[in-house]
Amino acid sequence: MASVIVLALLFPALGAMALAWLGPRLSHRQIAWVGVGSVSLAFLVAVAAFVRLASLPAAHRLIQDTLFTWNQAAGAPIHFSLLVDPISVLFMLVITGVGALIHLYSAGYMDDDEGFSRFFWQMNLFIVAMLLLVMAGNFFFLLVGWAGVGLASYFLIGFWYTRPAAVAAAKKAFVVNVVGDVALTLAIFLLFVNLGHIGYQTVFRQFATLPIATRDLVAALLFVAAAAKSAQFPLHVWLPDAMEGPTPVSALIHAATMVTAGVYLVARAFPIFGLAPGVATTVAWVGGFTALFAATIAIAQDDIKRVLAYSTVSQLGYMFMAVGTAAYAAGVFHFLTHAFFKALLFLAAGSVIHALGGEQDMWKMGGLRRTIPLTAACFLVGTLAISGIPPFAGFFSKDEILGGLLSTGQVGLWAIGTLAAGLTAFYMFRLYFVVFGGSARAPGHAHESPSVMTAPLVVLAVLSTVGGFLVLPGGYNLIESWLLPALTRFGPTPPLPPATNWAAMGVSLAMALAGGALAWSLYGRRQVASEPLAGALYRALKGKWYIDELGEFLIVRPALWLGAQLGRFDRQGLDQAFNQLGRLVAGWGESLRPSQSGYVRRYALTFALGVLLVVAFLSVHP
Amino acid sequence: MANLIAILAAALCLVMGVVVISARNPMHGVIALVANFLGLGVLFLLLHGEFVALIEVIVYAGAVMVLFLFVVTLLMAGTEPPKEGAGKNLPGQLLWAIVVIGALTALIGFVLAVRTVLTQPPPSTQAFGSITDFGRSLLTTYMLPFELTALVLLAAVIGVVFLARERS
Amino acid sequence: MTLPTVDFLLVSAVLFAIGALGVVIRKNPLVMFMAIELMWNAVNLTLVAFARQFLAIAGHIFVFVVVVVAAAEVAIGLIVIVLVFRNRSEADVDSLNTMKG
Repeated sequence: MASVIVLALLFPALGAMALAWLGPRLSHRQIAWVGVGSVSLAFLVAVAAFVRLASLPAAHRLIQDTLFTWNQAAGAPIHFSLLVDPISVLFMLVITGVGALIHLYSAGYMDDDEGFSRFFWQMNLFIVAMLLLVMAGNFFFLLVGWAGVGLASYFLIGFWYTRPAAVAAAKKAFVVNVVGDVALTLAIFLLFVNLGHIGYQTVFRQFATLPIATRDLVAALLFVAAAAKSAQFPLHVWLPDAMEGPTPVSALIHAATMVTAGVYLVARAFPIFGLAPGVATTVAWVGGFTALFAATIAIAQDDIKRVLAYSTVSQLGYMFMAVGTAAYAAGVFHFLTHAFFKALLFLAAGSVIHALGGEQDMWKMGGLRRTIPLTAACFLVGTLAISGIPPFAGFFSKDEILGGLLSTGQVGLWAIGTLAAGLTAFYMFRLYFVVFGGSARAPGHAHESPSVMTAPLVVLAVLSTVGGFLVLPGGYNLIESWLLPALTRFGPTPPLPPATNWAAMGVSLAMALAGGALAWSLYGRRQVASEPLAGALYRALKGKWYIDELGEFLIVRPALWLGAQLGRFDRQGLDQAFNQLGRLVAGWGESLRPSQSGYVRRYALTFALGVLLVVAFLSVHP
Repeated sequence: MANLIAILAAALCLVMGVVVISARNPMHGVIALVANFLGLGVLFLLLHGEFVALIEVIVYAGAVMVLFLFVVTLLMAGTEPPKEGAGKNLPGQLLWAIVVIGALTALIGFVLAVRTVLTQPPPSTQAFGSITDFGRSLLTTYMLPFELTALVLLAAVIGVVFLARERS
Repeated sequence: MTLPTVDFLLVSAVLFAIGALGVVIRKNPLVMFMAIELMWNAVNLTLVAFARQFLAIAGHIFVFVVVVVAAAEVAIGLIVIVLVFRNRSEADVDSLNTMKG
């Protein structure tokens, strides 16, 4: 079994290579077969790994495979090793499963695009990098996957590279992600310098021996890395702009999988965060703030994909709240359900955009419930799920988090999360009512998407409906019992908080219903032509709290100014100095030039002189 | 007797060497070089180098010098014999040449003269240096270098044919 | 009694110096080439003398190789000289200074 898990990486990698080389010569149908097929095979491998793990005794659920030694130049050798345990196998299942569905959907969505083969090999590349990220057995290959998904994300955001907005968004995403990459690299350096190892097992076992300051620093750097990848405040700015990419990319990378890499990192490195409680608390509070903050912005957005983007940021905030308070099972559970319903929402939104010929402004939609009923139904399922209406998946996972917060006495975080839940319900139902309710606001005729696109929607809708029953409050908790062995492997962990809390559940359900009702009264009760909200607060929300402008003022302008000053110093100071040096060397050369006389006899005589000197030297020092 | 022959041969070599580098007409230089090689052949024989003495005379004084003669006559076949450009010698070249090369020779001579092992009479050499001895050595121990010399000659042949070919 | 090795070596050194002088002070390429042959043979004399001194037949093998290489060198060198000076009125290596720096 051990060596089989590498196939999960190999299939999409081969698919990516084949499509990159042969893609332009293949038909769209063949490309789609290779792309979807390779990811589906990887999914089968992930299922096999899951079954294998489940068949092992709970304490030994771990598949480790060292394929080769990558480097042994410094300190302990670094192996290319894969590690599959209950945490990573859940991520593998979601990445390959949802990934395969989204690949299938893309075969329909991207069919008219010239870059069809480019799209598929880059998507496959993303799958490879993401799988490497979650399957790596040490921090080094985690970093490789980490940077790889950033690269794939950059490619795919800028997929339509003739659009300036897409190129700018790609650059922005890359730059912000690199902030996280640097933090992760520094954290790994710190671990390597202090422990001499970067394998997970060794690091986690020995981490407690480090001084407290080092522990906190490592945890803080890991948190910065996670925040950049998972779009936590204030590094969230890239994610909404990333919606410039094709919608399947938004669904796969910027909703379901890549942005949860930060959650994975915190969950994977839980022994580190467990030993740095201050940083863990910061993680939770940043998550809580982000959840609320992004939810408020989502209220005032007009672009259907931007609403979903901010809701993604908000939901990631929930996951950070969970993992920051050591409720890893709840965080991973929410990752799982969120992957289902957010991929569903994005794909449904893509179906809407596809049906309307590229229109993304929700105020030019309307009445689509009648013209594209299947998409509308799927979107409604997604909306109910994300709003936390039982029995849909989001209800269970969100309340697992909120109940956990209340049980452990984090009342402040609980209040924030509950408020954000209400806001979530409000903006999601606002979106639903405006897009699908009422009657059409703009002329045009919408068609339902082809079945290759709606089939994944239906599958995801089913998963969004039943996915929540992995945990039945008061009954059983499959996620927690599945993860518990992995969480206790590396010595004592903080006790997992009791998650089920009926009071929290009731309050958040009431908040969600209130949010939905408010949305209905504003947008659903009668046809509204344009946004009825107004005022300074609304403008601030619409302007995304002016974070981009603040960043422009605080970071970009000073950086440009500093760059201009350094540029002047470079041209007038350094360049002149080096020009002088160059002239000096050129002068020496000019003065030596006559010795290159072109007379071979002169050379011969010089040669003889050299021989004389060597012989003289040798006869003095025999 | 042998010593007298050796001294005469060495004197012939040196005198002819001076003639080679000082003759105005290259043809005279070629003749003097042949004489020089013959003197060297005698010295080789006295040093128990039977085979090398033979190839010195046959290959060098014979084949190689015929090639030289051929080229000299070829280049002289035009109008007048090729002359050195008059009065254009490089400034200080002769003086410096004598100083540097003279110093080098003196230094080497001094170093050699103080090595007592070289100034003693040589060891008994009765059985050394016969053609049989040389041939056995060449075709057993030094087989590979011997065969490689064939490659060198082949390369030279190909090079000459390439350089001398008719250019369109 | 036979002459000691050092005598032959001194003759060889002087012969080598004569050859080197010829290379350096003459401008006619043919004469320079002959001077180079003088230098080769001075070395040959050294090799043979040392071979007798140390009873090493390898010295003779070396001479053999030198003769082969010299023959090859002469063939190549002479064809180059012929090609270069076929169309020139005077044979002067100093006129070939186009590689001047």
